[in-house]
Formats: sequence, C-alpha cells, structure tokens
Amino acid sequence: MTDNAHLDIDYVARLARIELNDAEKKKLGGQLVAILEHFEALKGVDVSEVEPTAHAHPVENIWREGDSAGSVYAPETLAKMAPESRDQQVVVPKVVE
Amino acid sequence: MEYDVVIGLEIHVQLKTRTKMFTAAPYHYGAEPNTLTDAVVLGLPGTLPVLNHAAIEACAKLGLMLGCEIAEVCKWDRKNYFYPDSPKNYQLTQNEEPLCLGGRVEIELPGPSRNVQGEHRTVRLNRIHLEEDPGKLSHEAFDTVIDFNRAGVPLAEIVTEPDLHSSEEAVAFLNALIQLIHYAGVSDCDMEKGQLRCDANVSLKPAGSEQLGTRTEMKNLNSISNVRAAIEYEIARQADLLDAGESITQETRRWNAEKGTSSSLRSKEEAHDYRYFPDPDLMPVRLVRARVAEMEAGLPERPFDKQRRFQEELGLPYTITSVLCPDPELSAFFEAALAVHHAPKAIANYIANDLLRELSASAAHGESALSITDCPLTPAHIAELAKLIEAGVITKQIGKEVFAAMYASGELPAAIVEKEGLEQSDNSDEVETLCREAIAGNAKAVAQFKEGNDKALNALKGPVMKATKGQANPATLDAILRKLIESEG
Amino acid sequence: MPELYHQTIAELSAALEAGSLSSVALTEAVIARTAAVEAKVQAFIHYDAEDALTQARASDERRAAGKALGPLEGIPLGIKDILAVEGQPLRCASKILDNFVSPYDATVIAKLRAAGAVLWGRLNMDEFAMGSSTENSAYVTTANPWDLERIPGGSSGGSAAALAAGEAIATIGTDTGGSIRQPAALCGVVGMKPTYGLVSRYGLVAFASSLDQAGPMSRTVEDAAILLQAMLGKDPLDSTSIAMPEVPDFRAELKTRKGPWKLGVPREFLAEGIDPEVKANIEAAIDWYRQQGSEIVDISLPHTHLSVPVYYIIATAEASSNLARFDGVRYGHRSAEANDALSLFTKSRGEGFGDEVKRRIILGTYVLSSGYYDAYYLRAQKVRTLIRRDFETAFEQVDAILSPTSPTPAFKRGERSDDPLAMYLSDIYTIAVNLAGLPALSLPSGLTSEGLPIGLQVIGKAFGEADLFAVAHAFEQAHDYHRQVAAI
Ligand SMILES: [Mg+2]
Ligand SMILES: [Zn+2]
Repeated sequence: MTDNAHLDIDYVARLARIELNDAEKKKLGGQLVAILEHFEALKGVDVSEVEPTAHAHPVENIWREGDSAGSVYAPETLAKMAPESRDQQVVVPKVVE
Repeated sequence: MEYDVVIGLEIHVQLKTRTKMFTAAPYHYGAEPNTLTDAVVLGLPGTLPVLNHAAIEACAKLGLMLGCEIAEVCKWDRKNYFYPDSPKNYQLTQNEEPLCLGGRVEIELPGPSRNVQGEHRTVRLNRIHLEEDPGKLSHEAFDTVIDFNRAGVPLAEIVTEPDLHSSEEAVAFLNALIQLIHYAGVSDCDMEKGQLRCDANVSLKPAGSEQLGTRTEMKNLNSISNVRAAIEYEIARQADLLDAGESITQETRRWNAEKGTSSSLRSKEEAHDYRYFPDPDLMPVRLVRARVAEMEAGLPERPFDKQRRFQEELGLPYTITSVLCPDPELSAFFEAALAVHHAPKAIANYIANDLLRELSASAAHGESALSITDCPLTPAHIAELAKLIEAGVITKQIGKEVFAAMYASGELPAAIVEKEGLEQSDNSDEVETLCREAIAGNAKAVAQFKEGNDKALNALKGPVMKATKGQANPATLDAILRKLIESEG
Repeated sequence: MPELYHQTIAELSAALEAGSLSSVALTEAVIARTAAVEAKVQAFIHYDAEDALTQARASDERRAAGKALGPLEGIPLGIKDILAVEGQPLRCASKILDNFVSPYDATVIAKLRAAGAVLWGRLNMDEFAMGSSTENSAYVTTANPWDLERIPGGSSGGSAAALAAGEAIATIGTDTGGSIRQPAALCGVVGMKPTYGLVSRYGLVAFASSLDQAGPMSRTVEDAAILLQAMLGKDPLDSTSIAMPEVPDFRAELKTRKGPWKLGVPREFLAEGIDPEVKANIEAAIDWYRQQGSEIVDISLPHTHLSVPVYYIIATAEASSNLARFDGVRYGHRSAEANDALSLFTKSRGEGFGDEVKRRIILGTYVLSSGYYDAYYLRAQKVRTLIRRDFETAFEQVDAILSPTSPTPAFKRGERSDDPLAMYLSDIYTIAVNLAGLPALSLPSGLTSEGLPIGLQVIGKAFGEADLFAVAHAFEQAHDYHRQVAAI
C-alpha cells in the first residue's frame, strides 16, 4: 500500500473544495493518519484474481426508451432556491477563466 | 530549425436526441434561460441519472460511421471537478470502458487548385465516448450568470490519434468528420451553436526525430477558422521557443480569436486530479451484437465512397462531385432524380450549377443559402427537365428558361413547356429559309468553313437560333447548313 | 391497551377500519405526545402539525368515501430528514441545506402517500447520515428515550428515538452501514434494511450510492412487513432498483412461514470487542431458536474483519463525489465571503459542513486521488467481492444468519465523538451486510441490567425478505421485548 506520510492535507482539502482552518487541518490530519493505518489491513489480502464489486446486484442495459420529453421546471423554481439570481439565471461571483 | 508537427484533436459533438442524456428534460438550442431543467438537470439532492437509450444508439451509429469497433460492454465513470456550470460537480463520462474503440476517418488534403482533387489520407481515431454537457456561463460586468439548459445534453467525445501534421490537415479532418456526422444524421455540427467544439493538442519535434515533444492543449476552438489560426499560432510559438533554445511547458491554453493569440490557462502542475471512479448509479451497457450488425448494415454510404462511385460509375467530374457529395441531402436529391431518369451528367449539372445558384440567390440578404430541404423543386422536376432535353422536346437553351420558371412556380417542366408552347420547332422549311439567309449574309464564315474550319458554322447557326427563339433543333440546323453549303459547291 | 401513540400499525389500522378511531384523532394524539416529550427527546428537525392534520383529514375523507388505500391509510409516519418530500424542508441535518425545500417527492415517499400514510415531520440524523450516534446534526441533539444521557444510535437516531418515545407510529430511516438497525437496537424497536435495490433510492440524498437503502422502523416485525410492502418496487428513476421476481405478501407469510430453520452464527462476530451482556443476550436468543427445533450452524465469514476498512474506503469515496453538489451555487448555503469561483466553493463548504462530513469527504477525496486509487478504492472493491462471496457460501448452508446488531448498548453522549475510529468500529456487525447488499433486520431482544435495549440482528438472503421477517417474527412473538416501553 502507500506511504501515509504523503497525506498532503492542503492538497486534498483543495481538491475537495473545503476551506479548513489550521486547527482543523491539524486535528483532521492526525485522525486521518490513524484511519489510514487501519486501512493497512487490506494490504495483506490476495486480490489478484478478484473482480471488483461496483454494484451489489449488477444488471445490464437499464435505460429509458423512447426519448420522449418529460416535464420541466419553471425557471422560477431554480431562481427561488438559488442564493442569488437575476433574470432567471443563477448569479455567482465573476468566474475568471 | 526544421520541425515535425504532431497534432491530435478532441472533438465534442452534441448528439441530436430529443431529451437529455440522463433525464427526460428536453433540449433545443436557443430556449429562454433555465427553461429546460428538471430535478436531475439541476443536480438536486436525491436525484439519480437514468440513461437515454437514444444517446447510446446515436453514439454507436456515429462510431460505426467512423469505422470504430463497438465495445461489447461500456460503463460509466465519474470525472470529479468543481466548476459552477457543473450541477453535480462531477461529469458522467466513460473513462475506462468507452462505447467506441479505434476508428478511422478518410480526409482529403487541399489539391493544387480548387478544381483539382487533393491527396487522400487516413486519420486514426483512438476512441469515442459518451458524456454529459455542462451548463453555460455568461460573464457579465461584475459577475457571472449560469443557464443550465445545456446541462445534460449528450456529448460524443471523439479523440484522434496524434496523426495530423499541419493546420490544413486538422481542417481537412474536421471537414471530413462533419460530413460523416451529417451523413450519420446524429448532429447538426453547428459550431456557432456549440454543437461541435474542438480542442487541439500540438507538439513539435526536430524533423525526423522519433521522440515526441512536449504538447500543449488548446481549448474550445469554436470555428474552423479558429482551429486553423490557433494551430498555426501555436506551431509558430513553439518553433520560436525551441529555436531560442527554450523548452515548451505542458499546459492548457486559451485561444483569443479577437487578438489572434493564445495564453496559458493552467500548467500541468495545476492540472486536475479528476478522481475517476465507476459511477454507482448507472449500470453497464452491453451492446447487443445483432443490433450493432443491423445498425452497420443500415449505415449510409460514406461521402468519399460516394464521390468515388459518382466519378467512376457515373463519369462525373471532380468539380461536380466535390459539390454534391459533402452534403448528404444534396447527394440524396441527386440520386433521387437519377432514379426518375438516368441522366447523371445533365442532372448533376442542373443541381450543382443552376439549382445551387438559385438557392443562394433566393436566400434573404445576409443569410446563408437556402438548403436543399427548403428547395421548391423535387428531384422529379430536375429529372423531367433533363428528360425533355434529351428527348429533343426542348433545347438546352429553352431548358434554362424552363428551369427559372419551374423554380419560381414549382410547376413541373412538362406543364410549363406545354403552357408556354416552348416545344422545339420541327418546321425545317422555315429553318432552311433562315439558313439560306444566313449563308447569303456571311460569306466570310462560309469561306472559312469550306477551308476546313468547322467552328465557323457556329457563326451561321447563331442568327437562325435567334430568329427561331431557340426552338430550332440543333442537329437539324447543323445538317441543313452543311447540306446547303455543300450543294453550293 | 397501550396509549394510542404506542400502538402498532396493525392495531391502529384495525381500529381505523372498524371506525372506532379516526386518523385525525390518532394524528392529534401523536402531535400531543410530541409536544409533551419532544423537549427531552429532540427527535425532530422540523414538523408541521397543521400540515399533518390536513393529511389526516384527507385520509378520513377517503375512508368515509370507501376509498381507504390499505393498512397505512391514516397512519402518521415520521420521515428521516434525508428523504425528499415535496414542499417540506430537506436538510440532511446539515447547515449546507439550510432553507432548502424539496420541489419533488422521493419515490418511496410518493409510494407512502399513495398508500394513504400521513407524512409527519422531519427526523433528526447524523449530518448526511454520517455517524452512529446522531451527535453529528447541525440542528438538535437527540436523546435515547431509555436514558436521556445516552445517544439513540445513528444515523437514523431521530427515527428510532421518535418511535421509542411515541412521537410517531412508525418511521422511515436509511441504512448505509447499519444506520437503521443500530439505532433500532439501541432504542428497542424494529429496524429493517432491505436488499439493495428493492427500494428505490430516487429522492434519498446519497451518502454512499452503492450501499444506501431506505427501510422501515417500527414497533413490530409485522409493521415492518406492512411498511416494506408499500415501499418496494422497481423504479424507472433509479437504475439500481430491482424488481423482485414475485413479491410475496410479507404480512400474510409471517404467519405461514414457520420454522424450523437452519440458522448460521458467524464465529467471527462473537470473538472480540463485544459487551458481555450483549454476548449473553445473543447466546440466549440462539438457544431459544435451538429449543424451537432450528438447527444452529457454526459458520465462518472470514473476510468480515475487513468490512470496516472496505466500508470506510468505498463509502467515503462515493460520499466525496456525491456531496460535491453542495457548493453554494444553485441551492443551499452560500458563504457571505465568497468573492470568486474558488472561495464560493471552499468557503460555502467549509462553513456548511460539520466535522464528520468534512473528515469523510477529505478521506474519500484522498483515497480516489491520483496515485492512491488502486491501493485503496480498487482494492476495497475487490475485497468487497470477497465479503459478498463469504455470505454466498454461508447461505448455501443456512436460511438466515444471527448476530448482535451492535457490540454495545447505547453509550453516553460525547463518549466517542473525539475518536472517529472507535465510532467506526461500532458498525462492525452491520456494515458487511451493506457491502454484500443483503437484507437484515434488528429486533428487540432484551434489556441490559441498566435497562438499555439490546438488538438481535437477523441477516437474510438477497431478496429473501419473507423468510427474514418470519424468522424475526417467531422470536418476537415468543417474547415481550417489543412491548416494553421507555419510561419517559
Ligand atoms: Mg477530453
Ligand atoms: Zn469531454
């Protein structure tokens, strides 16, 4: 398995888009290392011939036939739930690309 | 220094299904903002995706058209990244097991002139996978607004191998690709409407070198001319850097069409760590072989195959086939006319010249030419017109008039000919009288003809045609003139 | 006769049908009971008495018109705050969904409405179902009605506590790693997790998509059977939902399916870390089944000791992605300090999520991140296959498996909140069931010397709910643990 010393909390928090203060980082970092150590138990299992389970009861070809239109929300539904909106569009701080 | 250019393209194509990829909300371009959403589109808590079978069928058809192998099974993965246009902050896509594998696209490089066929080559595809479109951001003065109408529209992402070596090849590839997609009927590929978007990966290496250079990725090139300009700019930029002994940074760049330059968006270090994993909400799709075979059997002829057939079997010139074949509707129109009356050259000429001219002339000012589907004529109109000329009922010259009349009224040519009394005259007495007048009035032409200049006869035919308003049978006219001059001694 | 609010669906529906009781009267009794004890129990995040009474009146009208919809007609049900009910708040006990009102019904909710149930209140839970004590709620701290100092279990702690306190006739919970069964055990009620796919997840706010199932919590096994009958069914809106080939009449078959059964006892489950009273309790239950003529089979589930790491890798990975949609853009909490696209996300999420949710998102993000996927996520999915196979092998020999539901009775509030790993280990008996996608039920099996409830877990074959109910019902009816009521 991997070297747990490499848990870069800043990197992971940024990937997860969660702002953590220094105290949170410190506490979480320690707890996560303990949890990851517990995960080491998986290391000893021989899984070379084992297929991963993605679904408990897998079935194939589940889809919607017909391509016919269902109902849509009035734009007000979104405008009402959005923290900020203008002219039926959701407003966010300026996105600089 | 001399460099070899290596280009790979990633093309996102919106598939023309009525509803979205994972929910029954409809989609069409140009709707009022946020009027095509539902709980799934907005990523509301608790909602789940359900696959639209029509998207699978459309993508499989596209794959077959592009010579891909259709996977036995395809699966769904989540590509995790945060962006305000992404309702779930992950995109459902196919990373590990895409629907279409491999594939190839035949392209035509520019010939020495527009009228001369260029070299053909094959560009290999890596894969085509299905994924969902995000919403659309609009940047305003102080903030950004989001319209989620587009969110969830099915996208086919076509990934080429790095088989392209110049902006021309890239453009030729896109043109060929768009034709194939039009033939498959799975997208309209209108780049202005965002129905087809292109990313280009460009790298340079010293000429002849085996080692690939560092590549950059140019995002969201939204017109063919942008693709050309951005690639040319990038080739020059990288060549300048390499010439100056500098290295290329692996990065994503944004093309600024107004300035004609590109700038760095993010470097590889900042590149996304997408944390792909199998989507637990969607089940795998097994592509039933019988259905794939059925789709394959029902595929339309590919445009270059059609072009070869038109040239080889129908004897049509490149100048005509290169007009008819890129457009599936135009070539279908041609073939439908051919089925009514087999006169390939005449019909092809009417369509490629007269009909297209009328279609562009009748488009409103500033608008692009009308398409063949808006045409007031049916294939039968063209076929009947060709048949009337071939049978000698009217002359070619009258044919032009009939064409204009039928385009204006939509009436069939035979009806117009009858109503207007345009049948070719068979009054050879009148023609003979006129021929005698012509011979008497142009001694110079008669002398030239006698000296062996066959073309001099045309100078005598002209006045006769004019006097009969084109209704003299050209063959009869020719014969009478020769007979009269010969009998003169 | 117990008070109305402590009676079962079976009893109350008979009274409603006989005309000796109206839904309005029953709903009023539940509302009054809630008003009397809720200050102590704090099982609800939100309730609307007027709305419940409106539904109750509609039910009485249907009944008067001869259009009663079945045994749930007019019965007030509490709903965990993770299932979408149109027009009601949907907050998953999280600040990030403050003010969010669902514009649509979850499929199970639509089915319960169609069965005539009165949808009563939003029940407290661990934030986004992450926890085993209901201490991770941004809104209220729910007490165990048997001992107000103790936790009710979790994450469906509000659902278990409300039921035990008589604040609802039955409730709906969700179970990702034991979140129905463990609080049911700790509060002395029945909690049932169906086979994965039997009940639609559409409208269940996803924690770990491949593990989550909604299920009934009730006073008796029969009530659970009545509820599951109304909840199940393949849903075109949930691709993971599965049609049972033939849906049995669970309630009728409770009484007709009589043992003896072959019952497995996994030796790994009784090895270590188990409270002695809990151990004695399960041994007594096993003895009872043996005395009834059932064959007790010593079985092995050799990979179950890996359930905790496998579960916490898979569940947190899926959660890290499922909870990405809570971003302050389209709905829910947006930070007042958001001033660009990045801080819009990081600050809204930093402010909106509680500690446990942050911990799990970070963990799940890490196990999926570049370079770690194969070592953690992929490996966990493979070991999950081994855990499933263990159960498949066991079920070749037995009809059902018996185990404790929780290794300990309810613990004191705050006792484990600083030790997430210890908290994770308390799910040891329940999570393997979710990993294998099997049905399981917890039913009251006695009290500790301190008067705290203990639960017996019965694990069934995939889609073997009818047998599962029958095995549990036999034990329940031979004892009176389900009749014991928390003194509050
Ligand atoms: Mg791509
Ligand atoms: Zn893409």
